Amino acid sequence: MNINNSQTEIACFRIYREEYLNSEGELLNQLPDNVSKESLVLFYKHMVYARTFDQKAIALQRTGQLGTYPSALGQEAINTALGMTMKAEDVLVPYYRDHSTRLIRGTPARDLFLYWGGDERGSMFSDTNAVDFPDCVPIATQMSHGAGVATAMKIRQLPQATVTTCGDGATSRGDFYETLNVAGVWQLPLVMVVNNNNWAISVPFSKQSKVQTIAQKAIAAEIHKLQVDGNDPVALLSVFDIALKRARTGKGATLIEAVTYRLGDHTTADDARRYRSDADLQTATQLEPMIRLRKWLTKHNLWNDELEAQETKACKARVQVEVKAYLATPPQQAEDFFDYVYEQCPADFAPQKQAAKAKMARLQGH
Amino acid sequence: MTEYKNMDSHVDTAHQTHTVTMVDALNLAMRRAMIEDDNVVMLGEDIATNGGVFRVTEGLKDTFGVRRVMDTPLSETLIAGMAVGLATQGIRPVAEIQFMGFIYSIMEHVVSHASRMRNRTRGRLTCPLVIRAPFGGGIHAPEHHSESTEAMFAHIPGLRVVIPSSPGRAYGLLLGAIRSNDPVLFLEPKRIYRSFKQNLVDTGQALPLDSCFVLKEGTDITLVSFGAMIQETLEVAKTLEAEGVSTEVIDVASIKPLDSLTIVDSVKKTGHCIIIHEAAQSYGPAGEIIARIQEEAFFYLRAPVGRVCGFDIPMPYFKNENMYMPDQMQILECAHKTLKISQG
Repeated sequence: MNINNSQTEIACFRIYREEYLNSEGELLNQLPDNVSKESLVLFYKHMVYARTFDQKAIALQRTGQLGTYPSALGQEAINTALGMTMKAEDVLVPYYRDHSTRLIRGTPARDLFLYWGGDERGSMFSDTNAVDFPDCVPIATQMSHGAGVATAMKIRQLPQATVTTCGDGATSRGDFYETLNVAGVWQLPLVMVVNNNNWAISVPFSKQSKVQTIAQKAIAAEIHKLQVDGNDPVALLSVFDIALKRARTGKGATLIEAVTYRLGDHTTADDARRYRSDADLQTATQLEPMIRLRKWLTKHNLWNDELEAQETKACKARVQVEVKAYLATPPQQAEDFFDYVYEQCPADFAPQKQAAKAKMARLQGH
Repeated sequence: MTEYKNMDSHVDTAHQTHTVTMVDALNLAMRRAMIEDDNVVMLGEDIATNGGVFRVTEGLKDTFGVRRVMDTPLSETLIAGMAVGLATQGIRPVAEIQFMGFIYSIMEHVVSHASRMRNRTRGRLTCPLVIRAPFGGGIHAPEHHSESTEAMFAHIPGLRVVIPSSPGRAYGLLLGAIRSNDPVLFLEPKRIYRSFKQNLVDTGQALPLDSCFVLKEGTDITLVSFGAMIQETLEVAKTLEAEGVSTEVIDVASIKPLDSLTIVDSVKKTGHCIIIHEAAQSYGPAGEIIARIQEEAFFYLRAPVGRVCGFDIPMPYFKNENMYMPDQMQILECAHKTLKISQG
C-alpha cells in the first residue's frame, strides 16, 4: 500500500506464536516456570486415555452400539491442556470435540458414550462436574453462551474463568465475532480457544478465510491474542495457564488459536478421503502431539516401553468399565421426554404423554 | 351490568396508588423484581442510560447500577446468546429486543438452546430468561417495526410465549415471567403501551402463565383474543351486548403453552366462538385454538368457529396498516355471521 503524506500510522498490531516442544521432541526453550516435568508425564497419560476412549467410541459406532461420533484424533493435546489448567470452578462451554477436557474434568466416559449413543442423560453428567455446558452442535453459538457465563462471573465478581472452544470453521460465524467484541469491550473473564485443525468437514482453512492467522481476528476487538502450536503440550499448558489467570484476576479475555490437524474424519459419518490427499495426512501425522511428547519423556527417562504397555493396558481396562456401564444403562421412560420440557408439565401435555407412553410400550414389545 | 372476572388482580380502584400506562406498569414490575432478587439483571440495546427507546427500563440503571442494567453492543444474537449463558448460572436475565422485527437472528439461541437447555441436560442446567420485545402495528412506525409473528415462537417446545393486554396484566404477567424457571418470550403490544391507564397497586403479586383470563362473562358467544386486539374485542362485546347478545371475552395472554380448558369450557357454554388476532391468518394462533375447540367441544358447537386475523401478506408500511389491522367492523361482521348460522 502506498503511504502518502496525508496518511499517518495510527495503530499497529503484531501476532505472536508460542512453541516449546517441536515435532522431533526437542525443547526449543527451557521449560516455562508454569510447566513441570511431572505435569508432562500426567499430560501423556491423559492423552493415552483420551485416545483409548476415542478408538473405543469409533469401534462402538462401527459395531452399531454408538451413533455418529466426532473423533478428536490428533488434537488431544489442546483438550488435555485445557482440562489440566482449568480449575473445578471454572466453566467449560465447549463445542463437540473436547472429549479429553471433559474426561479430565471428571465427566465419566460413560456419559460421553450416552450422549453420542443418542441419550439425553449423557449431558446430566453423573459425576462431580455439574457446572459445564453440554456439547454444542450448532456451530459457534456456544461462544456467546460463554460470554454470558463470563458476564455472570463478572457481575458476581468471582475469581473464575469461562473457557469456550470452537473449530476453525466457527470463526467465520457471527457468534464468534460478536463474542470477541463483547469480551473486549466488557473485559470479560473469558478464554476463547480455537482448535484450528484445518478442516471444517471438507473445507480447508485456506478456503474458509484469507487471514494469515485466526489469532489476528482478536485485533478487531482489542483483546489479548496468541497463536500456539496446538500439538505442543508445553506451549499449550503455559499459554492456557496464563490466559486463565488473566481471566480470573480481572485482566480480561484472550483468544488463543491452537494450530493442529484433524487426523480423523469429521465424524464417523464422514470419509475424508473424498477431499484430502494421503500425502497431506502423512505429513500431518508426523506432527501429532503424542509422538513428540513420548520422545521427550523417553529421552529424559520419564517414560519407557514398559510404562507405555502398563498405561495402555490400564486405560483399556478403565474404558471397558465405562463401556459396560454405558451399555447397561436402563432405557429412558416416555415420561422423561415430557418432564423436562418445562419446570412443570403444562396441562395439555397429559394426553400426549399418555400417547407416548403407550407408543413406547408398543415399540418395546410390551 | 357486565361482570369482569379474573381481570386485573392488581388494579385496585379503592387505593388508586398509581395511575399507570402499560409502559409504567412494566417498569414497576421490573423494578419490583430487581428489588426482590439480586440475580435479576437487564440487558439490551439503549436500555440503560437511555431507558429503552420506549422508556420501559427508564431509571433502572440509576437505581440498580450498570452491573445489573447493561447496555450491550448492537447485536440481538449476542443478547440472546449471553442471556442463555447468564441464565444457566442462576442469573435471571431480562433481555430487551428493541423491536420484534429484529428478533429473527436470535431464533437459533431460542430454538436450539434456551428452550431445550433443561430438557437436554435433564434438568441439570435451566434457562430462566425473559426476552421482551415490543410488537404489533398501529403506531405508524417504519418498515420492520409492526409485525406480529408470535406464532413462529409459539411452535417451539420448551418456550413460553406471553402477551399482556392491559397495564395490570402487563405488571402481573411480567413478574410471573421473571420468576418463572422457564424461558419466556414476553411480547408487548406497543399500540397500547400508552393508550390507556389503569390504577395499579404495586403489590408484587404475579399472574399465572398457564391460564387465560375471562374478561367478561356471557352465554351466547365467546370472543377469544390477546394483546392490543383485546381493545377492539371489548368494544365489539359492548356492541353485541347492546344488540342483546350475551358475550364472553377471553384474553388468551399466554399463547404457549395454551390453556385450552378455559376456552373449551366457554365454548361448551356459548356454542359460538370467534378468534381475533393481528398475526397473519395462516398457521396463526387461531388455527391451533380452533383445532383444540373442535377436538374437545365439537358437539357443543352451533356454528363453525370464525376467525378475524391479519391477511397473509407482508405487513403494509404504515400508510396502509389500517387496511391490514383487524378492526371492530370485521369482528362484528364475523360475530353476526357466526350467530346467524345457528339461527338457520
